[in-house]
Formats: sequence, structure tokens, C-alpha cells
Amino acid sequence: MNLPVLKAADFASDQDVRWCPGCGDYSILAQMKKVLPELGVPREKTVFISGIGCSSRFPYYMNTYGMHSIHGRAPTFATGLKSTRPDLMVWVITGDGDALSIGGNHFIHCLRRNLDINIVLFNNRIYGLTKGQYSPTSTEGQVTKSTPMGSIDHPLHPLSVALAAEATFVARSIDAHVKHLGETLKRAAEHKGTSLVEVYQNCNVFNDGAMAYAQERKQRAENVVELEHGKPLIFGTNNDKAVRLVGNHLEVVNVADVPADDLLIHDEKEMNPSIQMMLARMRYPEMPEPIGVLRAVEGVATYNEQINDQVTLAKQKKGEGDLQALFNSGDTWEVA
Amino acid sequence: MTASPTTLKDVSTVSGITVRLAGDSGDGMQLLGTQLTNTSALAGNDVATFPDFPAEIRAPRGTRAGVSGFQVRFASEEIFTPGDHLDALVVMNPAAMVTNLGDLRKGGILIANEDGFNEKEFKLAKVESNPLDASVIEEVYRVIKVPMTTLTRDAVAAHGLSQKIADRCKNFFAMGLVYWLFGRSLDPTLRFIQDKFGKKPDIAAANEAALRAGWAYGETTEAFGESYQVEAAELEKGTYRNMMGNQALAWGLVAASKLSSKDMFYGTYPITPASDILHELTRFKNFGVRTFQAEDEIAAVCATIGAAFGGTMAVTASSGPGIALKAEAMGLGMMLELPMIVINVQRGGPSTGLPTKTEQSDLLQCMFGRNGESPLPILAPRSPGDCFDIAVEAWRIATECMCPVVILSDGYIANGSEPWKIPDVAKLPKIEVKHPEGSDPDEPFMPYARDENLARPWAIPGTPGLMHRLGGLEKEDGTGNVSYDPANHQHMTDTRAAKVNRIAERIPDQDVYGETSGDVLLISWGGTYGACHTAVRNCRKAGHSVSHAHLRYINPMPKNLGELMKGFNKVIVPELNTGQLRMLLRAKYLVDCIGVNKIQGKPFAVSELVEAIQEHVSTAKGGKSESDVRSKAG
Ligand SMILES: Cc1ncc(C[n+]2csc(CCOP(=O)(O)OP(=O)(O)O)c2C)c(N)n1
Ligand code: SF4
Repeated sequence: MNLPVLKAADFASDQDVRWCPGCGDYSILAQMKKVLPELGVPREKTVFISGIGCSSRFPYYMNTYGMHSIHGRAPTFATGLKSTRPDLMVWVITGDGDALSIGGNHFIHCLRRNLDINIVLFNNRIYGLTKGQYSPTSTEGQVTKSTPMGSIDHPLHPLSVALAAEATFVARSIDAHVKHLGETLKRAAEHKGTSLVEVYQNCNVFNDGAMAYAQERKQRAENVVELEHGKPLIFGTNNDKAVRLVGNHLEVVNVADVPADDLLIHDEKEMNPSIQMMLARMRYPEMPEPIGVLRAVEGVATYNEQINDQVTLAKQKKGEGDLQALFNSGDTWEVA
Repeated sequence: MTASPTTLKDVSTVSGITVRLAGDSGDGMQLLGTQLTNTSALAGNDVATFPDFPAEIRAPRGTRAGVSGFQVRFASEEIFTPGDHLDALVVMNPAAMVTNLGDLRKGGILIANEDGFNEKEFKLAKVESNPLDASVIEEVYRVIKVPMTTLTRDAVAAHGLSQKIADRCKNFFAMGLVYWLFGRSLDPTLRFIQDKFGKKPDIAAANEAALRAGWAYGETTEAFGESYQVEAAELEKGTYRNMMGNQALAWGLVAASKLSSKDMFYGTYPITPASDILHELTRFKNFGVRTFQAEDEIAAVCATIGAAFGGTMAVTASSGPGIALKAEAMGLGMMLELPMIVINVQRGGPSTGLPTKTEQSDLLQCMFGRNGESPLPILAPRSPGDCFDIAVEAWRIATECMCPVVILSDGYIANGSEPWKIPDVAKLPKIEVKHPEGSDPDEPFMPYARDENLARPWAIPGTPGLMHRLGGLEKEDGTGNVSYDPANHQHMTDTRAAKVNRIAERIPDQDVYGETSGDVLLISWGGTYGACHTAVRNCRKAGHSVSHAHLRYINPMPKNLGELMKGFNKVIVPELNTGQLRMLLRAKYLVDCIGVNKIQGKPFAVSELVEAIQEHVSTAKGGKSESDVRSKAG
């Protein structure tokens, strides 16, 4: 059968996109539209569910099924939908405030249940929609509308949280690094289980340049290391730096100074998340920040599979439910 | 297993018995009560029950706070309440005696476990001396002291259990004695013992021995001259079973799911007194029921909405505190116009309130407790069995209207039980649910186009050509696109309200017990039905002009209700709150309703209501009574 080949444009809804000019959200939207046709899932089988925030307007712009829900709760709507409709491909679109502040609880529980959905977390380290208050990922000391003397909160790191919840797929990408972003989204979609992709997203209105060290092409090579399964963590403008494990911490070395065997080889398939957690804790400016897939483990049962398997098993064991038989079971009596 | 023995003593026939079993929360009184209820129901009696237990799982032993009680009335006539006064009271210790004796009628039977009355227990119960020794007790009641613990130990000695385990059998001894006294068959409980303890034969045998010993004690001791018998009640012809409220809700939901050929998704978070609905529904996976114990109530209701979006029959339940958490999502559900059911099994509030006690104080919460104009249909079952019908009806309305429907139950209904006539499944009306089919991709799909009920189409993901985006932002009529247009917001707000109000066209007119005009109309809702109905019946027998309207539909109300109220000189509204329905009735119909309000965590006694009715009947023809003046001042 010849299925019509869809293009990125086919995934665009008829609604005007209303983000601020220059917002990183545009690039993520563009990559999503580009990747979806490659997945071969029909538009009507694709659902975007978001919470509240600038990023959460995303579903309105996609010509798929979608739901713009309430603040922080998108993973829970996805749980109900995917548990009852495992045939659908479900994406959760969320922001750092949405996922980690008001929705922190649901974020953790969704990951630990390993529901087969994809979460894309737009991290701009600020509240955009409510006009510039600090968020759980804002850096310590960050001056914002609600922290004139600097934030005193210690930031939360989404990848660390996800690994602590033993998420089966954990990755990071960058709005401006479009090719990498597209590939990462694609891998997330292909993963069975909850996949989390944190995307560094520039809010050019309230937090412009907060992650320029990673976003700008020139700085990126020095400050970011692209992870590849089975490969050493080499980075730098001249590919001259690498990361190695010494004792129980990671350090940066010059490739030329150490034997190749000493370099840390990335293993995204390792079930024990300890080293992956070390990667998640590499932070600018002390360390290069990893992008790509930190963890992608297979063979962990998904929530939606299991909830449906129990139904199938119960039907096999007890037979399809019979109302009249249920009503008449146990102690009954006749009134003549 | 030999069957029930029969008595050789005198048997006198009575029309009904109210008995309360009270002991420490570890004494197994709830089990005893449930068994007595089932057995009485199987004997063909009409039954009504009122379990009453402490909020603490194991409150300090022997104290007044730890007393657990179970009241059951069984009768040969139709009854609607578990009774105001007790004919018999069984107490396992002094705390149980002093906290319950006030409800025992003069001349009633007091059976006390003598072994539970010692110095240590007096201290725990904070009584100075043995309350059984008070001379007035013997004068006012028929007191029967039974050394239950000793007798139970003797009875089970042969089974070689530790003393602690042996002592645990004493509730079965008490049961046997009560069964003898009221001529109940031991058979259902013997079957229960086999089912429950079959895998532990020594415990099963010990419990059976204790049960039989209790029965034999009644038969042989001189203390009881006669036993009592309650004949079968004249209920409508049919097959019956005993039914509890939460169980009936669960069964009604499963039935609705079958009748609409939809699988069910039930998202919830544990809370008393709603949890048993979850426990019950987990048994029905082979009916296509998926239960989800979420991380909190917000997750529960949101997952429910997600399931509804996917085209499933979606249900969530909680009690007041959890409903408070669900409020934002319920508003979203209303805005998305997706069908689902939200159940509130009310308990005493505010905040954590009285978790194990009953109240009707969440009506206004469910009516208004959301931001913005957010009208939702509200239905309220009137009795345990009625929960079944209300669940089915709620799902019918939800799908017809495309909106969440609230069911307001309460702790009294949830844990109470009554005989339930088993329906013929083939005769239950189907619930037709339509999903629009895939359409031409060039035709724009209108997710907010409306039918004659003002409902929008339930287009579900997976259907080609109907892709659409829902959300909490205001929708443009028809297209469902986000719209901030002022006139559209007015129009959509009006339309959502009209959609709910139109349900009144399709529900039955309010029925009345009694004449449609007269001195007094009593309007009630929810779990107070039984007490209100009985009170009105008694007053009518006494020749008063009083009628009763019990609301099962609270939003919208039946369309003839306003007219009906006008036919009476006075309208009184009893509620287990400070006047929530009364406020709605006054606001909507401009009728000066008079409240009868109680907020003590306890149901109404029939006598309280009879008194209130009598007071108002006597003044309905002429001037104002004192309480009219009071309720106005309040
Ligand atoms: C219950 C609730 N509380 C607060 C808000 C206000 N609110 C809207 S978006 C937002 C923060 C969003 O921040 P983030 O997730 O970082 O998204 P961004 O706008 O930066 O994409 C807040 C607090 C709300 N809509 N609902
Ligand atoms: S406020 Fe920031 S995040 Fe929101 S649209 Fe504008 S640039 Fe983007």
C-alpha cells in the first residue's frame, strides 16, 4: 500500500504561532515537525499534551490531536490517555516551571512508572508566561523580577531528577543545535518507555543568553560534550579534550596527555545509573555539559503494557465479565 | 458441617429489632455487624445499617475513643433507617457501655461481656466503679451478664490456639448468642468462616466452635426466657442481595460501562470513605476496568480526563479534601466538554474534619467550588441501593451532555446497607455513545459544533480527519480555537450554563410522597432520605398535612419543583449541614425555606425530624413559629 508521504508542513495547524520573535521555542517546533514524518506514525495517532507556560502553547500549533491542560499536570493526562489508548503516540510538552515546580510530583511518578510516552522539557531557567520570575532551574544568585537580590534557592537539575527516578531514557539537547535536536527527538520517540528530553531553550525576553555558553556555536565546542554510545567523551574546538573517571569523580584531561584506554567510554545502556548521574552533574563552567542520550535502557516493562496485560490476564482467568452472573454471585434470596 | 440448630424455648414474634454491637475497635464488631446484616437480609427481613467507627485504626484499647459500633435494624415491614432507639445493645467493655447506653430504650436488653468489666478496664474507660453494678441499670433495662471471654476460651480449648488468638474468637461467641436471641440461622456465617479461614483449619474450627457455643449459651442459660423472631418483610417480588453504598456505586459504574460498551478507567487516590469503591473496582479487570492509584487526587482526576479524551468511560472519586484538590481539573473538564464522572463521598469537614463520620456539607463546594462560571450537573443517591441507579444515570447524562457529572454520596450511604433487588440485565436500557467517524481532511472539523442537547461531538484521537486541540483557554464557538473575543466569552459561558440547565427537560419531574399541596413540604436530598421519609410517614399517620419531596437531581433541579413548593404554606429543608440546599432553593425559587440543620457527624434521628415537622405543621396555617424567627435571624 502506498501511504501518502507527509512533510513537515502537514503537521502545522492553521493557528498563528504567537511566541516572541527570537524565542527558542520556534526551533523546537520546527524540529518536531521535521521529525514526525520520519516516524511513520499517522497524524491522527499522534497526541501532544502540555501544561501551562509559553512552551505549553505548542499543541495548538500542531495538526495532530492535542490538549493544553493545566499547570504542571500534563504527565497525568498522558497517563490516563496512554493507559487506555496504548495505540497512540503521546508527547508531553512542558517547561522548567511547569514540570519541576508545580508538576514536580507528577514528573517523578511518570518517569518511575515508565509510561511509554515522550516528555520534552523546554528549559529556559525562567518563568516566561508570567513574565520573568525565577524558576526551579534558575541559577543561585540569579536576579529576576521576584528575586531582586538574587535567588537563594538551590537549583533542581531535571536530568538528575530523572535518573534518580530511574527513568529509562534521559537526554539533553539545545534549541539552536537543530540537527542534534532533531536526532535526539527521534531517538526519544523510538524508545519504549518514558523518554525525557531536556532542551536548553533561550527566552530572549526574560533570560536572554542564560545558556549562551551552550547555545552559541562558537562557545559550544568548548563547553559542551556530545555523548555517543560506546565512544569516549571528547570535546573542544580542536577535539583535544576529554573526560575521564578518576576514583569516584570525573575530570577533564588533554587527549594528548593520557593513554586512550584511560578515557571514559559512554555507556547509555548501563542499568546502574551511577556514572550517568555523574554525567548529569557535569556543569558549566567547571565541566563541559553533556548533550545527547545519557541513558537508554531497554527491557523495563511500561505502565501501559502492564495495566492492559492485567486486564487481558483477568479475562483469560475469569472469562469476560458477566454482569448478571456478578449480580447473582454470593448470598441472594428470593421474595415470592 | 452440620446446619443451624433450632431452639426449644419460647419464641415471640416482633415486627422489627434494632440492635447495636459495640466494643473495642479491635474486637471485630464491624465483622459481627456485617454478618448479622447479611444473615437477616437472607432471612427476608428488610434491613438498614449504621456502622460507626473511630478515625484511628487502633485507638487506645479500652478507651471511649476506641469504641467501634455497628447498628442494624431488621424488620418485617419496609424500613428506611437503622432506627433511633435500640431494642438490644451488646457491649464488650465498660467504654462501649457508657458511650452507647443512652440509646438503649427503657426495658431494652443489655448484654455485657462480664469478663471485660474489671478494674483495668474501668480506668481505661474513665469510670469510677463497675457501671453494671449501678442499681438503676437493672431497674431500667434487662441486663444479661455473660463471661464471654471465659466461655470462648473453654469452647475453643480443644483447638490448641494461643490464648491471644483464642480470645479473638469471642466476637463469634457474641454473634452466636445474638443469633440465638433473634432466631437467626448460623448457616451463612458458617459458610463465611469456611471461605475466610478455610486455609487455616484450626482458626476456622475455633471460630465455628465459638459461634456454636454462643448459640448454645442462649439456649441453655436461664437468663433468657425466650427468643424473638422477625418475619420476612413484604418486599417487591424478585431476587435480592444485601448491598452497601460504595459497592453499589462500583457495580453501577461497571453496569454503565457495559451498557455503553465502553471500557472503564478509574483514577483515584485513597481517602475515607471513598476508598472501598477502588477496592471493589479492582476486582473487575475482566470487565475491562482499569484502576489507577495515582500519586495524588490531582493526578487522579487529570488521568481521568486524559482517559476521557481517548474515548473511555472515565471516573474519579474522592471525599471533600480530595475534591478540593481536583477543583482546577474539574473546571478544565467542564471547559473541554468531555464526559466523565466525579464522585464525592462526603464526610465531616472542613479540612480533615471527621473522616469516619457523615455530613452533607460539600454541596456548595461541588456546586461552586471552581474558578469562574463552571456549572456541573450534580446527582445524589438517596440510599445504598440507589447508588447503583445514580451511577448509571450519571454516565448517561455525562455522555448526552458531554461534561463531567458529579455524584454526591456520603459516608452514611457508603457504609450502610440494604436489600437490593437484582435487576434483569437484559432489561436495563443501553447507553448510546457516538463518536464521529473520520471525515474528509479538506473539510474543517468543528469540535465545538453542538447538537440538540448543546453537546459537542466526542471525536477521539485515532480518527483521521478530526484532529483538534482542546485546552483550558476560552474556545471560539464551533471551531474550538482559542478566543479572547468578549462577545464569544459571554456566548460560551451562557451556552455551557444552558447545556446543564437543559438536562431538566430530560429528567423525571420531582415526585412527591403525599399530596401536592398542603401545610408543610419537607425537601431533602442524599442520605437523609430514610429518616425524612419515615418522619413524614409517621406524621401523616398522625393526621398531619405534610408531604415529602426527595431530590436526586440537584443541578439542575426538576423543572416542576418551583411550582410544587408554591403549593405549601411552609417548606422545611432538613440537612446535615448549616443550610446549603436551603440556600440554593431560596436563591432560585425565592421561597422562604426553613432549615432543620444538624452537624454532629451523625445522621438524623426520625424523632428529631418528627418534632420539627410537628412544630411547623402547627404554625403553618397561621403565624410564624419560634424557629422561623430563629432561622431568619441566623
Ligand atoms: C495553578 C496555576 N498556578 C499558576 C499559574 C501561572 N503560571 C502560568 S505559566 C507559569 C510558569 C511557567 O513557567 P515555565 O514552565 O518555565 O514555562 P515558560 O513560560 O517559561 O515556557 C505560571 C506560574 C497557572 N496558570 N496556574
Ligand atoms: S517570554 Fe520567553 S519563553 Fe515566552 S515566548 Fe517570549 S521568549 Fe519565548
